Amino acid sequence: MHRKTLADIAQGLAQKEFSSVELTENYLRRIAEFDRTLNSFITVLPEHALAQAKQADQLRAQNKAGPLTGVPIAHKDIFCTTGIKTSCGSKMLDNFIAPYNATVIEKSHAAGLVMLGKTNMDEFAMGSSNENSFYGPVKNPHDLNRVPGGSSGGSAAAVAAGLAPAATGTDTGGSIRQPAAFCGITGLKPTYGRVSRWGMIAFASSLDQAGPMTQTAEDAALLMNVLAGFDAKDSTSIHKPSEDFTAKLKTSLVGKKIGLPRQFFAHNMDSAIESAIQNALKDYEKLGVTLVDIDLPTTDLAIPAYYVIAPAECSSNLSRYDGVRFGYRCKNPADLEDLYMRSRGEGFGHEVKRRILIGTYVLSAGYYDAYYVQAQKVRRLIKQDYEQAFRQVDFIAGPTTPTTAFPLNNKNVDPVTMYLNDIYTIAVNLAGLPSISIPCGMSQQLPIGLQLIGNYFSESDLLNAAHRFQQTNDWHKQLLTQSIR
Amino acid sequence: MFLDEHQVSNIALLARIAINQKDIGDYTQDLSNILTLIDQLQNAPTANISPLSNPLEQSQRLRPDTVTETNQRDQFQCHAPLTEQGLYLVPRVIE
Repeated sequence: MHRKTLADIAQGLAQKEFSSVELTENYLRRIAEFDRTLNSFITVLPEHALAQAKQADQLRAQNKAGPLTGVPIAHKDIFCTTGIKTSCGSKMLDNFIAPYNATVIEKSHAAGLVMLGKTNMDEFAMGSSNENSFYGPVKNPHDLNRVPGGSSGGSAAAVAAGLAPAATGTDTGGSIRQPAAFCGITGLKPTYGRVSRWGMIAFASSLDQAGPMTQTAEDAALLMNVLAGFDAKDSTSIHKPSEDFTAKLKTSLVGKKIGLPRQFFAHNMDSAIESAIQNALKDYEKLGVTLVDIDLPTTDLAIPAYYVIAPAECSSNLSRYDGVRFGYRCKNPADLEDLYMRSRGEGFGHEVKRRILIGTYVLSAGYYDAYYVQAQKVRRLIKQDYEQAFRQVDFIAGPTTPTTAFPLNNKNVDPVTMYLNDIYTIAVNLAGLPSISIPCGMSQQLPIGLQLIGNYFSESDLLNAAHRFQQTNDWHKQLLTQSIR
Repeated sequence: MFLDEHQVSNIALLARIAINQKDIGDYTQDLSNILTLIDQLQNAPTANISPLSNPLEQSQRLRPDTVTETNQRDQFQCHAPLTEQGLYLVPRVIE
């Protein structure tokens, strides 16, 4: 039962093969059995979930159910949930009970999705390994000595291990796509502005975006129908006509063009990853797609630009955590200054502090123009590169990550080495484009992700391309028969 | 680009983050390494390029200047570290 997709579950519920309560109990049992090992959840909500499931079953009995009523889901612990702990993976918010629901949560509840719990994550969404959580690292279900990726590592691991059929994640520099690649699932970062950021604890406001993490592209489309849409409470939310993201899933890809950036393939790519990507591209050719070499000359500037802009925005966003109104407060502060300094020094982990410090520096007097304004200019160059590319092609393809999942405690030592993990994903956030990672191979029993980048607001086309690919192979089903031990 | 420990201490003060003396060396090394990474931006061809802050070049949406929020002070304060009579308590500021 735990390997059913959202589409399977929706059909099964509609045809009364099982109830939402039975399904929810099944996932809660699996969480109880396996999550002590994986550590993918920070908070499990058995009573809340079963109450929602019972209500969902009643709605079905009254013929008032929507397509996803009663379907279980896990939410990254970055989304505020009324009356429920919302920690953002941090000691700073370990005692925080959110007083309102994020729009993503409201929409999920309105669609009848059953919230199994809040998933583990790198603290304040800063990290690529889920080793930066106050609640301990998450393990990759494919190899328990390896990371699941981050920052949405808990969501990725939970879906990959069959502890939830789908989950929400957020992506600021790759935090949906990279853990999706490492865990062998599908992860979509929508266009900036597609999904409301209201109630989604902010890391970098011009980069953050929420999205689905699922077993299939079809499921990602189903979940996008719930999550996407204009929200007046998010001042960066975009008005777009209402769209059914499943409508184009089966459309033929004949005539579509996929661009292959010379700069992506010039890097010394892991040979197993290169081979998997080339095989995936051959599959796309069989589907009628033409491959086109393109240039993205600013590729190597993306990481430096990101590591100015994201820390700058984070230093501003995280200034609200001052120990005064909510969150962690140090004991026995001597004066107000001491209250601020020690609450923040004790409440934040090392990576968060590093990024706040860098952000503070690049925004400080004397350095603002040289670093922050320069990075914003480079951001425009990056955006222009992609706009130029999308005049020639429909999608841009490449590996999601330069390696498969690395061992725990390996890259924890040098922050810059960890940052270089984001080479293929990070520019997408700077440009605000949509992008999906789908499984396309395995190397030594570790998943490999193919990343497709689309033009602005082309999620339906991306999901179509991903779905047609998933119909030609079983890479996205690699966890079907494995168990976690 | 290398920072020294004194500079890092100043940045930490600006950011209002206490760094333990035993950790300051590590933070100095890490921040220096990160600045070396971001120094690569200095040679980027940005002449006549204007900065981009919003990826879709949106302007901030405005709304009518009317009160729409309700007073939820009690609910918000029930999880605050220390409150009294609706005020958030902090150490004395004015001597």
